[in-house]
Amino acid sequence: MSFLANAAAFRPSRLVRSALLASVVALSGFAAAPVDAQEIRAVMHSGIRVLDPVITTAHITRNHGYMIYDTLLGMDENLKPQPQMASWEVSDDGLTYTFTLRDGLKWHDGAPVTSADAVASLKRWGERDGGAQMMFKSVESLEPKDDKTFVLKLKEPFSYVLELMAKPSGLPTFIMPERVAKTPAGESITDYTGSGPFKFVEAEFEPGVRAVYEKNEDYVPRDEPPSWTAGGKVVNVDRVTWVVMPDIQTAVNAINGGEIDFLEQTPIDLLPLLQANPDLTVEVLSPLGYQTMARLNWLNPPFDDVKIRQAAMTALGQEPILAALVGNPEYMKSCGSMYGCGTPFATDAGSEPIMSGPQPEKAKAMLEEAGYDGTPIVLMQPTDVPSIAPQPVVGAQLLRQAGFSVDMQPMDWQTLVTRRASQAPVKDGGWNMFFTNWIIPEVWSPINNPMLNGGGKEAAWFGWPDDPELDEMRTKFAQASDDETRKEIAADIQAHAFEVVNYIPVGEYTIPSTSRKSLSGMLKMPVPVFWNVEKAAD
Amino acid sequence: MLAYIARRILASIPVMIVVALFVFLLLRLTPGDPAAIIAGDMATPAQLDQIRQSLGLNEPLVTQFVTWSGQLLSGDFGRSLISKTPVLRLIGQRLEPTLSLAIVTMLITLLLSIPMGVLAAWRHGSLTDSAVMAISVLGFSIPVFVTGYIFIQIFAIDLRIFPVQGFKSIGEGFWPFFSRIFLPALTLATIYIALIARMTRAAMLDVLGEDYVRTARAKGLSERVVLFRHALRNAAVPILTVVGTGFALMISGVVVTESVFNIPGLGRLTVDAILARDYPVIQALILLTSGIYVVINLLIDISYAFMDPRIRY
Repeated sequence: MSFLANAAAFRPSRLVRSALLASVVALSGFAAAPVDAQEIRAVMHSGIRVLDPVITTAHITRNHGYMIYDTLLGMDENLKPQPQMASWEVSDDGLTYTFTLRDGLKWHDGAPVTSADAVASLKRWGERDGGAQMMFKSVESLEPKDDKTFVLKLKEPFSYVLELMAKPSGLPTFIMPERVAKTPAGESITDYTGSGPFKFVEAEFEPGVRAVYEKNEDYVPRDEPPSWTAGGKVVNVDRVTWVVMPDIQTAVNAINGGEIDFLEQTPIDLLPLLQANPDLTVEVLSPLGYQTMARLNWLNPPFDDVKIRQAAMTALGQEPILAALVGNPEYMKSCGSMYGCGTPFATDAGSEPIMSGPQPEKAKAMLEEAGYDGTPIVLMQPTDVPSIAPQPVVGAQLLRQAGFSVDMQPMDWQTLVTRRASQAPVKDGGWNMFFTNWIIPEVWSPINNPMLNGGGKEAAWFGWPDDPELDEMRTKFAQASDDETRKEIAADIQAHAFEVVNYIPVGEYTIPSTSRKSLSGMLKMPVPVFWNVEKAAD
Repeated sequence: MLAYIARRILASIPVMIVVALFVFLLLRLTPGDPAAIIAGDMATPAQLDQIRQSLGLNEPLVTQFVTWSGQLLSGDFGRSLISKTPVLRLIGQRLEPTLSLAIVTMLITLLLSIPMGVLAAWRHGSLTDSAVMAISVLGFSIPVFVTGYIFIQIFAIDLRIFPVQGFKSIGEGFWPFFSRIFLPALTLATIYIALIARMTRAAMLDVLGEDYVRTARAKGLSERVVLFRHALRNAAVPILTVVGTGFALMISGVVVTESVFNIPGLGRLTVDAILARDYPVIQALILLTSGIYVVINLLIDISYAFMDPRIRY
């Protein structure tokens, strides 16, 4: 009581009042935590752990690749390959590509970038990337000519070389120093020297917590305006910090409160919390978006029978699955193209069964005709991946309505990715079906699309279609010399892939990003990049 | 006493060996493949096998265990399979946030819960007692993420007194540190306040009925001396046990609180490592946690002797 009485009687002097006021102002400044005007704090879709953008196709590692490495070629918004580190000339017979590195390219340690670095990087990329593996089967030699020039010689036509080298996702052609690029392709690199617009601050890297990038002052951008991964990569900030926030509600609170500047993926159901804030911009930066899909295992019954695969596709439908996954029509659409809608090879060829679905009665009749014996379908459901988890639930119900017996098995994503690699029968740990998703540039051509590979148990993607006819058509596609022929072959490939049910696309969706109004210049493209971005005081 | 401590430390060695073996085998028998996690979605079976080979995961289990044990004996906990960062560096990065959270939580808890428990016992059956019990039930019943979000809404978003999330080292200044650690610590403390206040109340009620308390009062000692010097000291053994195990629990990770407030602590590291099947990191974390439990239990046992002179080792 006496303390309270004393406190009430306390009358601070003017000096003390000033000091108190100054302290409060200073403390509240800390509380509001205004970030340095030249630092962008971003919450990406996941934390980065693997730092080698060639060993993994994880999107976050690809994004890291774009920060610290440069690519040989870029791809512009018209989906055309453009020079980035190198320009090129093609011989009249289309078999010799001569690449010349531009002036001013330097590694972060100051050494010049040479053609030997580019060749070693391309060779390592060729061991990991599916499309590149296909290309290297047609390569006779890839050798440096001098410090700035190297030559790729083909033994047979392969007209998709530039598109593969310029592709923005999957495994882009990130160029590393020769000493790093000589790391075996199955082993992660441990030297993160790049030549890109940002430098990786390894000392501040905390896996699962944050990754820090600082401006590469020595980077010489191209003169052209930026367009996707082509054009000048002009960096306007000193640092970019990727902060990991495992709880999305925390990230939403943090951007609302000005503690971060950019949120790469905003869950649709939390949009109202952000759209109401006049200091924020919510927009889709990658209008091409994502394709989501179901894959069936060709090795195990009942999906070793094409008629039962066709019945499964007829039983499914895009709209019910998209409704459960996304819900908001503004961010989802049905699409009958395996290459994604709005892309150069987009086509509806063969998509009628999935686009007309769900058709349970028709699927029932097809099952009966195929003599389905009730073998349960083991459908793997990753409960910890929100962008996939609802799909198997709806898919299972649609299949059951058509007469399938479905054993949906919930598991975490890491268990799923391990189990889907198993080619064993179901009783020995195998599987029948799972769902996953891709960004459109990863599926937009028969060469890029990982599912459209008929190499069976040895070479095909999980599900292992043994389909030599498909591979022959892909080879023809790769050898086609003009766009019209390519389009025709792509349509034929898709019609065939739907006929044999290589995989089942179940729709497309986009994910909005959120940024503080103080950020400007975010490029609209499939990969979030931080060049061209400016930050004003908030 | 020293002989007792030495005996306890020696006894913990076989415990740690059993833990190491158990964890090693459990992880290898759990479904999951670090190679598949590293490679991403597009890898072919041959590429996965190539990565497995480079990580040494194709070696027989016995060889892998011998290699790991050999590394441990030379003080090397290995590197993360996924990020290639040394495991000790990873743990070191997360230790400060975790220790800070645990210490501040325990300070808030002790400052509030012990007086609350003593008060409730002293005013047994009164409105004060009921209020303390009600607060305890409430603190214990509301999930920590709900409490966390409520505190964030009030103190960070509406009143803007504290930041929403994050952690700053105390080396960066007291206020940056305190403003970020206070809300998560308060959130976590709600559970421990409830637990320890109830425990203190129960222990005090037992003791307050004892003859020596009546004797102390009969001697004319003040209530403050009776309560805090005579009763509380004798009631301290069960309270200390709960405080100790609670502290160990917090150091081994409080994932939900760490996630809600984005504190990069050991709990999140553990969950991330388990989800990524990052064997060396999980193994080191579980060994560390076991070690912490051994040490804290030892400290609790030693402290009994100081609190209660009847206990001798």
